[in-house]
Amino acid sequence: MTITLNGKPREIADGMTVAGLLQELRIEQKQVVVERNAAILPKQRYAEETLAEGDILEIVHFVGGG
Amino acid sequence: MRITVNEREHHLPPGVTLARLRSEIKPDADLMIVNGYPADADQRLAEGDQVVLIRRGEQPAEEELDALLSARHSPGIQTRLRKACVGIAGVGGLGSAVALALARLGVGQLIVADFDMVEPSNLNRQQYFLDQIGLPKVYALRDTLRRINPHVRLTACHLKLTAANLGEIFTPVQVLVEAFDRVDQKVMLVETFAACCPETPIVTGSGMAGYEPANSIQTRQSGQRLFVCGDGETAAGPGVGLMSPRVGIVAHHQANAVLRLLLELAP
Repeated sequence: MTITLNGKPREIADGMTVAGLLQELRIEQKQVVVERNAAILPKQRYAEETLAEGDILEIVHFVGGG
Repeated sequence: MRITVNEREHHLPPGVTLARLRSEIKPDADLMIVNGYPADADQRLAEGDQVVLIRRGEQPAEEELDALLSARHSPGIQTRLRKACVGIAGVGGLGSAVALALARLGVGQLIVADFDMVEPSNLNRQQYFLDQIGLPKVYALRDTLRRINPHVRLTACHLKLTAANLGEIFTPVQVLVEAFDRVDQKVMLVETFAACCPETPIVTGSGMAGYEPANSIQTRQSGQRLFVCGDGETAAGPGVGLMSPRVGIVAHHQANAVLRLLLELAP
């Protein structure tokens, strides 16, 4: 199925969770904030939230310093 | 003729002298500036002249200070800023600079939180001074802001922000600024605050180390209420330190984003 990831279409497997997608992208959970359909997702939901066709996902990376 | 005195417009008879103006408006002034230059009492004024009458060492009263500070601002925004409440999580390199910028703007209330003390190595980029070394940053910042605009109400929280306490501390704010140093803290703040205050925008900082070109720093929006200021890439680390120019640029991107959000504009 197709979702939009950071503004670009992406094909993902049915039943993919947010946690699974981050793993596939080799992204460390603790360095990102994930927004699903404009709502910021708490970390404890990453393994529970199954993505759906047409979802709009933003993965926002943070780096240290400030 | 119309003459502006201390940023307020007055209507005066033609040919009035500076001395006469002073005696009517501010008799105790000992420094008079006309159109940007110091002037003598016997100078005759002309239509449109901008006069500043100062008594050295005097601090203006709240109303006058408000008018003076906002004289350079675009019209109509001052009332909104005075009623605004902004939170700043962390007052290191980013947070201290944001706090100063917002105080100079005349934002009415700031809530700042940080557990840290001023150390000498902070002085390369943080808005603290040699005589503040050892003080908790939030109290040093409060002292500094009082010297700029004592009418800004600052709530100084000398504590470590955690998922458990930050909601209660920052509930009153209209905008929250994330000004932490560590990635895990940045992420924790964004997620926790979004859960407790989903309608409130949060302006974060990410990617500001070193001395890469300034033009790589931007303000980006993500979703409805998350804003990220920085280049998004340049992490602080060994060999890539935090230096005042880029840290200051990100801090002022954040301050400008706050200003625009308070005026209900998209950053």
